[in-house]
Amino acid sequence: MEVYIKGIGNISPQNTINSSIFLDEVVGHDTDFLSCIEPNYKEFINPIQLRRMSKLIKMGISASKICLKDAGIENPGAIITGTGLGLVGDTEKFLNQMLDNNEEFLAPTAFIQSTHNTISGQVAIALKCFNYNNTYSHRGFSFESALLDGMLLIKDKDAENVLIGGFDEITPEHHSIIKKTRWVKNETIKSLELLDHKTQGTIVGESVTFFSITGKKDENTYARIKNIKTVYKPESNEEIELKIDRFLAENSLTKDDIDLVVLGLNGNIDTDDVYYHLADNYFNTNYAYFKHLCGDYHTAGSFAVWFAANTIKHQRVPEITRYRKENFIEKPIKNVLVYNHFREVDHSIFLLTQ
Amino acid sequence: MSQRVFVTGIGIISGIGNNVDETLQSIKQKKSGVTDIKYLQTIHKGVIPVSEVKLSEDELIEMSGLDKNEPFTRSTLMGVIAAAEAVKNAQIDDVKEYKTGLISGTTVGGMDKSELFYKDLLETTNHIEYIETHDCGDSTERIADYIGVKDFVSTTSTACSSAANSMILGSRMIKNGLLDRVIAGGIESLTRYHINGFNTLMILDKELCKPFDENRSGLNLGEGAAFLVLESEELVKKTGKKVLAELTGYGNSCEAFHQTASTPEGKGAYAAMKEALDRSGLKPEQIDYINAHGTGTDNNDLSEGRAIENLFGPNPPKISSTKAYTGHTTSAAGGVEAVISVLAIQNNMIFPNLNFKNQMKELSFKPVTELLENVKVDHVLSNSFGFAGNNSALIFSRY
Repeated sequence: MEVYIKGIGNISPQNTINSSIFLDEVVGHDTDFLSCIEPNYKEFINPIQLRRMSKLIKMGISASKICLKDAGIENPGAIITGTGLGLVGDTEKFLNQMLDNNEEFLAPTAFIQSTHNTISGQVAIALKCFNYNNTYSHRGFSFESALLDGMLLIKDKDAENVLIGGFDEITPEHHSIIKKTRWVKNETIKSLELLDHKTQGTIVGESVTFFSITGKKDENTYARIKNIKTVYKPESNEEIELKIDRFLAENSLTKDDIDLVVLGLNGNIDTDDVYYHLADNYFNTNYAYFKHLCGDYHTAGSFAVWFAANTIKHQRVPEITRYRKENFIEKPIKNVLVYNHFREVDHSIFLLTQ
Repeated sequence: MSQRVFVTGIGIISGIGNNVDETLQSIKQKKSGVTDIKYLQTIHKGVIPVSEVKLSEDELIEMSGLDKNEPFTRSTLMGVIAAAEAVKNAQIDDVKEYKTGLISGTTVGGMDKSELFYKDLLETTNHIEYIETHDCGDSTERIADYIGVKDFVSTTSTACSSAANSMILGSRMIKNGLLDRVIAGGIESLTRYHINGFNTLMILDKELCKPFDENRSGLNLGEGAAFLVLESEELVKKTGKKVLAELTGYGNSCEAFHQTASTPEGKGAYAAMKEALDRSGLKPEQIDYINAHGTGTDNNDLSEGRAIENLFGPNPPKISSTKAYTGHTTSAAGGVEAVISVLAIQNNMIFPNLNFKNQMKELSFKPVTELLENVKVDHVLSNSFGFAGNNSALIFSRY
């Protein structure tokens, strides 16, 4: 199943657009939610098209182009995206128009752009890519399903390389709604102090993160994605341990071979317990976390894979991402395991190796 | 990648019936589900005809045995009924006995409740239990819990080809030994959101739709859910289970042309059908029946028709669109029509394309307009094309 990451395009709340740097300067956010640092779109999209596009489409096309340029690929063998909520801004726009005008006097643009496959379709149009194209929208398995699909295409020799993207956006309106659930913190916090606030809920973020994956290794390779596993509604921490054990064994590794575990800690006291458990009782290695940099959202796994791949490429775990840093030991980073869960329902495990 | 993939169960609910038997009876009796809107609250009631599932949500809840105090969307309710029928039809008693996945397709997701309560969700704390039923994954997870799937769940969302893409991923996961069986298909409930969306595109027929007719003037929307149980060759051999059909080919291609329109020559449709044929190893002349996407819009029927001519020549296999029965069930369409394709093989029947009168002047063929019984139906091609140029095709074969 293994594939190699040949290129990355990541637009996120951090300075991630330049693929050659890795969190040299970290941006703290003290707003209700974390928004992406947007690129200069004119570098990627012509001005006439730009005017018609909503923010997420602009970010999607730009990130895909950054990724393919980084990989040195003009036209991918397939385009697959994953998104939890799709084009939230366009959906809100059409929904509000419809409700406010009692289903009359509606314009089609926002509707047309509000299907979840808009980004994969628009990227295909921009690249004139007629190959396999798919979009997944399944909560914490959205990006994971896209990656699994792409890895299968490469394994089955249906494609030599695949463009995989995870994207989600957060808008003020949507934030005002989900703030009413137990998943979002009531208080506004400084993002970099995420784990200091032992309260209910997390901070919400967004990113558009594309990867170019191939079956062949070359000098540009960031890292190898050895395997991925999704675990739906595990019943206990023990079941998660068992699943990780089995997953590592299937990949001829044990937990002692893991040099870095990237944890999806999101500061929610209701749901971070499993991460504490794994760090305290299961693994005995170095740990990192990342949601203080990007916030939490359905496709945060894509940011996690970006992070893990860069720790391998740069052989460095940035200080600000170290978890249990008092026990951190400098060592070569060969095997990285990412463990993330979405609201304790959708759990995902990624194994990246040098 | 050597395993064959078999269909061992089917389940369906749509405007023409609440299960497989009712669906087949309606098709044989040429009974369309397209009528005036009854259940959805919209200003288009009495103006835009659609094919609704003929049950209220209370009736759907009662049928499913679910707790009426839980927040269920219409999609979920239709989905559990169709998925449970498919599982029962496949004679599966314990879903957890083998590695089983559920892959569902939806685009509208829980919008039926979101649009009903949206202003409340913005301005009050009423109905906040429906915040978490909005996304596409909600219905899939609730269906998985209802039928007991644990090993893999996912949701495709490629508009009108979603269900077909669910079956494609399911088939590939089985072939690669990741799962022993997959319950794959799709669901979509009618919403004001997408009725109005399609209406702004001016592609809704205010009368009954007429796929492949010279005077066609748009599509009728529909709702429903349909699932197929796909099983590995190994598992079918082991259990000695009855096989309904084999999924012998699939194709997925992007047209990369326009967000909501296809090229007049149907480049993407051609590529998807060609890939499905190539994978199946069948020659074009071996296809006995094409269950077309055939929405009834100017654009689709012309581009699909031309793509069929380009691939099959001027005398293509028997063709019909069954959308005049079920309406265009968007994300569920690939599942609904896969079930109908399997029924064609099982019953040696080819189903009529309702409301057809005049042959399109651009095309050399016209669709089948009467029920054909006792005909050879060994291989059926089923097309599903979606917004964003997402085109998929499946081939079901007699086993």
